Amino acid sequence: MVQTTITVTVDGTSYTDQVEPRMLLVQYLRETLGKTGTLIGCDTSNCGACTVHLDGVSVKSCTMFAVQADGHEVTTIEGIAGADGLHPMQTAFHENHALQCGFCTPGMIMASIDLLRENPNPDEQMIRDGLEGNLCRCTGYQNIVKAVRSAAETEAAKVELGATIPVGQPS
Amino acid sequence: MIPVAFDYSAPTTLDEALTLLADAGEDGKILAGGQSLIPVLKLRLAAPHAVIDLGRIDALRGIREDGDHVVIGAMTQHHDVATHPLVAEHANLIARATQTVADPQIRHRGTFGGALVHADPAGDLPAAALAMDAVFHIVGPGGERTVAAADFFVDLFTTAVGDNEILTEVRMPKKTAWVSDYQKFTRVAQQWSIVGVAATLRIENGRIAEARIALTNMGSVPIRVQAVEQALIGCAIEEDAIARATASVADGTNPPSDLNGDPDYRRHLATVLTRRAVLNAA
Ligand SMILES: Cc1cc2nc3c(=O)[nH]c(=O)nc-3n(C[C@H](O)[C@H](O)[C@H](O)COP(=O)(O)OP(=O)(O)OC[C@H]3O[C@@H](n4cnc5c(N)ncnc54)[C@H](O)[C@@H]3O)c2cc1C
Ligand code: FES
Ligand code: FES
Repeated sequence: MVQTTITVTVDGTSYTDQVEPRMLLVQYLRETLGKTGTLIGCDTSNCGACTVHLDGVSVKSCTMFAVQADGHEVTTIEGIAGADGLHPMQTAFHENHALQCGFCTPGMIMASIDLLRENPNPDEQMIRDGLEGNLCRCTGYQNIVKAVRSAAETEAAKVELGATIPVGQPS
Repeated sequence: MIPVAFDYSAPTTLDEALTLLADAGEDGKILAGGQSLIPVLKLRLAAPHAVIDLGRIDALRGIREDGDHVVIGAMTQHHDVATHPLVAEHANLIARATQTVADPQIRHRGTFGGALVHADPAGDLPAAALAMDAVFHIVGPGGERTVAAADFFVDLFTTAVGDNEILTEVRMPKKTAWVSDYQKFTRVAQQWSIVGVAATLRIENGRIAEARIALTNMGSVPIRVQAVEQALIGCAIEEDAIARATASVADGTNPPSDLNGDPDYRRHLATVLTRRAVLNAA
């Protein structure tokens, strides 16, 4: 089987591996790197469970080949917490009870971080539209929307106080 | 779901890509954003021996103006098209339609050219490109040729782009100060259009001076409705007048029948959505 060599930075660490071109990015993350925090739900680019950031923007890693990430930077749910604890979006999900079974959560959080990067102050409708690509079968979305709103407000308050944890930057 | 194994190449120039495509013969396949092709490969509905990724050819990506045209490179991602100031100013119908495509993650990967060459009858960009009088630039072994939108969409999932050709860019005459709307009817969030209507208008002294109307998923290819475009000329921006001018929009169409609706339902939808699109745009 023909293999291709790729070098990808994942959660801040550079990896060089031989992969088959047909290997999906999500498979590479889970099976080669052991980063099983990124989940596979539908495997048909509908549910968003596999959402990661590619060079800082959200993509569905079940609908991308690992070879396409060669030379790029990938951030997964495992790479967003800083030395001083959870990412503000993780904290917001935790505090607002924005998960039940938790299967959609890694993808929801990655999509939500990207949503605030583009629009730091979204209203409820903008949050619902921005999370259109992520399905949750448990929560009914109410608390997810609340969590994203609360993360936006917390960040806005921090910016006012002159603190500097920009939402959406891989730490 | 895992695709059948294939050879992969990621050329950095168009010439290289054309050579690789020619060498691959019938078994070669272009990969753009992969948002339609990768699902097809995963379902093993296609099993090309050679996949040629255009993702590293910078020259195919970007949006620029060229005199009285706006030019969108085939590999420009939906997200960039939807948010680019030149598109907003001179081709706002394209921005409107692109904003309705799929979801943010898919719009970060999927490309303008990929969606047009894929030519899904429920895809939102073909009707918008048709209404914008787009011209398609295609290169192949014989050099470059241009195809007008009216001749580009040949059938379901079939365009004028041949197996050994690459769509490089799409040029659209600027419709600066035209107003637009894209009405997309779906039952749930993030769904393909059951029916879509693209409308763009030039308004002068409170009346419609020029109009372009095109329909999504009302046939195997997008449909431009010139009879309605004519009927709208001179129309005041007023619901009754616009309803009268657009009433015949579905006449003679042969829309598909599926779980989402039968042909009569779709014809009714097209009429309602065209009225809404024109009123919303104006
Ligand atoms: C869950 C989901 C929902 C979606 N919803 C919508 C929607 O609501 N509306 C909508 O319009 N679209 C929708 N899409 C499709 C999306 O717009 C895709 O981005 C698009 O159809 C294909 O673009 P791509 O760049 O990903 O192309 P690819 O998937 O890479 O390629 C598609 C086809 O075009 C060919 N091709 C691509 N580029 C070129 C080129 N430059 N020259 C020659 N051949 C080329 C490829 O060989 C392939 O056959 C959806 C997709 C998914 C997965
Ligand atoms: S697993 Fe990728 S979108 Fe569902
Ligand atoms: S918490 Fe169970 S799917 Fe969202």
